[in-house]
Amino acid sequence: MAVYKQKEVRPAPASTKGAIHWLKDNLFSTPLNVAMTVVSLAFLFWVIPPFIQWAYTDANFAGTTRADCSGDGACWVFIKMKLDMFMYGFYPSEEIWRLNLSFFLFFGLVAIFKWSKNIKIKFAAFNIYLLIATILFIGGIFGLEFVPTDKWGGLMLTIAVAAVGIICSFPIGIIVAFGRASELPIIRSVCITYVEFIRGVPLITILFMSSIILPLFFPEGMTFDKLLRALIGITLFQAAYVAEIIRGGLQSIPKGQYEAADAVGLSYWQKMLLVILPQALKVAIPNLVGAFISLFQDTTLVLIIGLFDLLAMVRITAADSSWLGMETEGYVFVTIVFWAFCYGMSRYSISLEKRFDTNLK
Amino acid sequence: MMKALRNQKVRGILFQLLTVIGLVAFLWYIGANTVANIEQRGIKTGFEFLEGTAGFGIDESPIAYSESDTHGRVFLVGLSNTLIIGFVGIVLSTILGLIIGVLRLSNNWLVRKLAAAYIDIFRNIPILLQILFWYNVVLKSLPSPRQSLEFIGGIFINNRGLYIPQPELNITTISVILSFLLVFVIIFFVNRWAKKRQEETGQDFPVLLVALGLFVILPILAYVFSGANFNFEYPALKGFNFSGGKAISPEFLALTFALTIYTATFIAEAVRSGIEAVSKGQKEAAASLALSNYQALKLVILPQAIRIAIPPTINQYLNLVKNSSLATAIGYPEIVTVFAGTSLNQVGQAIEIIAITMLVYLTISLVVSAILNWFNHKMKIKER
Repeated sequence: MAVYKQKEVRPAPASTKGAIHWLKDNLFSTPLNVAMTVVSLAFLFWVIPPFIQWAYTDANFAGTTRADCSGDGACWVFIKMKLDMFMYGFYPSEEIWRLNLSFFLFFGLVAIFKWSKNIKIKFAAFNIYLLIATILFIGGIFGLEFVPTDKWGGLMLTIAVAAVGIICSFPIGIIVAFGRASELPIIRSVCITYVEFIRGVPLITILFMSSIILPLFFPEGMTFDKLLRALIGITLFQAAYVAEIIRGGLQSIPKGQYEAADAVGLSYWQKMLLVILPQALKVAIPNLVGAFISLFQDTTLVLIIGLFDLLAMVRITAADSSWLGMETEGYVFVTIVFWAFCYGMSRYSISLEKRFDTNLK
Repeated sequence: MMKALRNQKVRGILFQLLTVIGLVAFLWYIGANTVANIEQRGIKTGFEFLEGTAGFGIDESPIAYSESDTHGRVFLVGLSNTLIIGFVGIVLSTILGLIIGVLRLSNNWLVRKLAAAYIDIFRNIPILLQILFWYNVVLKSLPSPRQSLEFIGGIFINNRGLYIPQPELNITTISVILSFLLVFVIIFFVNRWAKKRQEETGQDFPVLLVALGLFVILPILAYVFSGANFNFEYPALKGFNFSGGKAISPEFLALTFALTIYTATFIAEAVRSGIEAVSKGQKEAAASLALSNYQALKLVILPQAIRIAIPPTINQYLNLVKNSSLATAIGYPEIVTVFAGTSLNQVGQAIEIIAITMLVYLTISLVVSAILNWFNHKMKIKER
């Protein structure tokens, strides 16, 4: 009779948890991985400490003049002293409270949007806000001093251009998208021509067109503000992209929705506005935020046609004879501002994408 | 009458008729105003200005150009510079985008996060800001020509640009270039043959290895047998600047860096989404058929990933070409800078010049979308 001898129990495997194991799994699993980890670490050590040294350790924060910048690092005093220029451009300093007020009112608008469930109240609040902000920005009535647009500049101009661009391009984009999805051949081809033309050329050529050629299109004596011309160009440009995104939303709506709307006897506009568009917008919203991010980035192009947006302010402030050679600080500051805005919005669009995921596909 | 108005077809025709009338009226109004304005301001019309002497110099021109050439010639200089920056940008951003996209999916945590950080940082900074940053901050802070940074092989960089040795155009250079072209042709046919054999017999042929080998061996053979004489012309400091060799301007460098880095973030995302979109079942099916990792990648995963990744990538190529127009902010002489900029200022015929410029970009984008349509058609899943 065979005698079976029990084998010795093998020890339990080493822990699969813990920091060491994580390191081994994620950073040092194969020779190639070890090499890549080492290269990455070397890269980080090459980039980050010098930057921190320049931007923080050796940098100057205190003081009011150039002479206070004695260290080797960045001279943030420059940004501190020119902050008003970066934010408000040449807006008269005694009127800046108007811009700040519209900025704070914006939070009031956000609060109404958060708390109110009634779409009519939201819509009314939005329009009232736009009216108040426009009055505050431009002035000229209610005893507010009129501020011409050539005094506008900095971040305030960037935000104003982006906001007007998206708000005005939205209705145009919707109508063009409807036109492109329409069954009427002439309407459809007009809309397709418009969208494909705009999407085929760079924004800068459209801005040149609106700033140089547009005045020729209208009778002598009818003058357009430089900012207004840029806004017309940007709106026409953005509308084509908005139209294309909304068309994508429209295409994702099942045919049954159109047929059902027809079956209950809705007119074309009732069908589109009450049944199709709300569903299409829900699908399109993440992409619309994406388009808004690119519009926000594209507003920098207005500096080429001579407006003083946030980016243009770098050159203007660094041209001040008492602050010559401060371009680096200016560019780094502006980069951080733009990045924070765009990154924030792109995170927001990701969260919207999750919230609105309706599985219509 | 009312009954006719309620008919959908009648209303459709009526509505379109109104649109056409409105559009024609608007265009007629604009046209009449424009003609009146042009006459009043004494602006010339027509395209004769293309024959007129330009009278200004252009720093970088791939084709022969002098001040006494015409505006038509200026247009060609601008167009060729646009095409050059487009080509260089597309090649470099594809390489960088592929690398970042693959690293983004690496199983090394640090590398994965670094690639993600790269994408998050650079796609959220406006491209114009990046161009200006490279030009005004990075390249301007380089030392002057006398203190140039020197790299191995006679490469110099300073605040006037990058200087690299240039081989003389002799029999060796030409045969090496030809041998590279030959390798491409050979690989094309080998690939076709290997694919056919693989489909018929199931035997795999190591195309990639053969291609790499050919890329090394053929140019070396061409080099040796054609006299082994490259005869480099090296850049050398003469007076205040370098002469000799090939000089690459800071404008071109700034534009190339910015466009490459910015566009590569989008290409990397396209590559990543393409690879991620291949469902796990495909990989498992490949594994259960006993395909090796390499075979699974080559025969199962990549063909499907490419179908998803290529269309957004081609769109990014188009965006890159359009974004190259921002060169006008730093003065790289591409079409918007020299033609829609300097020429326009001299001639004043804004309508003609901007129309021509737009037409160039429209043509490029039409060609690109034709390629895209062809690709989509070719790649369409053939359902049975």
